[in-house]
Amino acid sequence: MIEPGKIIRIGSGAGYSGDRIEPAMELIKEGALNYIVFECLAERTIALAQLQKMQDPRLGYDPLLENRMKACLPLCVSNNVKLISNMGAANPVEAARKTAALANELRLKNLKIAAVYGDDVISLLNDQPYTFLESNDSVSSVENDIISANAYLGIEGILTALQQGADIILTGRVADPSLFLAPLVYEFGWPLDNYHLLGKGTALGHLMECAGQVCGGYFADGVRKHVPNLANLGFPIAEIKADGSFCISKLKDAGGMVTIATCKEQLLYEVHNPSEYLTPDVVADFSGISFQEIDKDVVKVTGATGTPQTGKLKVSVGYRDGYMAEAQISYGGSYILERSQLAIDIIKERLQLYDPEPDDILYDLIGIDSLFKEGTSDVAPQEIRLRVAAKTSSREDAVKLVNEVETLYTNGPAAGGGVSKSVTEIIAIQSILIDKTAVNPKIEYFNLDS
Amino acid sequence: MKLKDLAHSRTGDKGDIINISVIAFDEKDYPLLLQHVTALKVKEFLGETSLGEVTRYELPMLAAMNFVVQKALRGGVTRSLRIDKHGKTLSSILLEMPLNTPGYLR
Repeated sequence: MIEPGKIIRIGSGAGYSGDRIEPAMELIKEGALNYIVFECLAERTIALAQLQKMQDPRLGYDPLLENRMKACLPLCVSNNVKLISNMGAANPVEAARKTAALANELRLKNLKIAAVYGDDVISLLNDQPYTFLESNDSVSSVENDIISANAYLGIEGILTALQQGADIILTGRVADPSLFLAPLVYEFGWPLDNYHLLGKGTALGHLMECAGQVCGGYFADGVRKHVPNLANLGFPIAEIKADGSFCISKLKDAGGMVTIATCKEQLLYEVHNPSEYLTPDVVADFSGISFQEIDKDVVKVTGATGTPQTGKLKVSVGYRDGYMAEAQISYGGSYILERSQLAIDIIKERLQLYDPEPDDILYDLIGIDSLFKEGTSDVAPQEIRLRVAAKTSSREDAVKLVNEVETLYTNGPAAGGGVSKSVTEIIAIQSILIDKTAVNPKIEYFNLDS
Repeated sequence: MKLKDLAHSRTGDKGDIINISVIAFDEKDYPLLLQHVTALKVKEFLGETSLGEVTRYELPMLAAMNFVVQKALRGGVTRSLRIDKHGKTLSSILLEMPLNTPGYLR
């Protein structure tokens, strides 16, 4: 029986893997929250995490997990706030085990920690001749280079864990809005086929999933769009009722601002057709949303809805895809365009000596005052930084290419300086669709009793 | 007059596709924006940054438009040679688009 007038408050503790830690601590302490969600998995992160796990089976979770947990777990316990996060990355079970060990060290008791996994579907790739959505190439064409395949799960596993009393839930790949929607379905008892309500919860999740980006982060332009106290930007709080109407706000003393404009920018972020925002739980419709400022830094959100989910899950497949070579060199003073062009001509001619030539090369020109702070010309640029980037099949070829830029020191145009070089392995991601029924979330618990 | 005088914007990416929102500062300017900031004009302005289709979605309740630009990142963030692999800076680039009479070509 849901209490009439029940209100749930959710905080957004991180918008990406490397996000600041203090704003989450402030929210947990002062936000009167029921839940805090940390969204820490970008597209490629899980593939890199999988590589880590292959080298050490105890790793593969978010590298900042321990720092975040040390800072936030005690506060969650003393303020009665449940924590949900995809910091499990490629290894939710080890993430949960590590969290339990930390909680033990911190002498926290009566905690149920859940690892929700099952998103790893690499064993399913051979079931069918899947083709990538982006390129239409067959998955088998990169078969030998595949390192990971993770399905975007919906709310199911998190919901079950909540129903079984979990306080801390660590997942692998889950659709970002689902991290926020799951506790709402749990608290309000929304039926899984009430797509109208699921659409509203998804809108809440989408507005919150990038943390600071809805409350003044990534908004100021220094001229017309001003945001106070960005260095102490607060993260957002969503307050929602059983009927799905909700507000976005922030802590009063925190930096930043929540306005109709900041909400509009975040609403459309990473959205294509706003009437059809696909998640594993629902096809959300944002096209009828409106925002209303009901108080300073409090915006009410209404009008979201949804239609049935597609029955398919998107799967991100990570595979090795060659190497990225990148090198840069700077020129200052006069004739910077001429010297850059000369450098480019030299590099192009040198690359013809290689067999095969790199697949794809880009030449960029960058710069303002890195070489000389006293430069006074208002008209012409005083410096230029030539950047060469290329994709190669082998690490060897990438190293050769960046060295061609470095050798310009003694063999190229006059007065080139500040060479930098980098060679990194490319882990590419493309997607396939699989049936939702082919995937089952699994849960493992770690309990800290009193 | 440039687009930045009437609107603000943010870019997001998924694979090799970016979306760029164009949101009127003042909703009274929305009809003007609808008229002058078409998918075709955006594609022309972006030039080689947009190797694929540009689609415009309209959100009149928010005085906003959303442009979805295919093949914008030279293969997508994980494989792109661009210094800005996600194309995040393209929102402020698009805001430099001049708002002239219909039929303006760069």
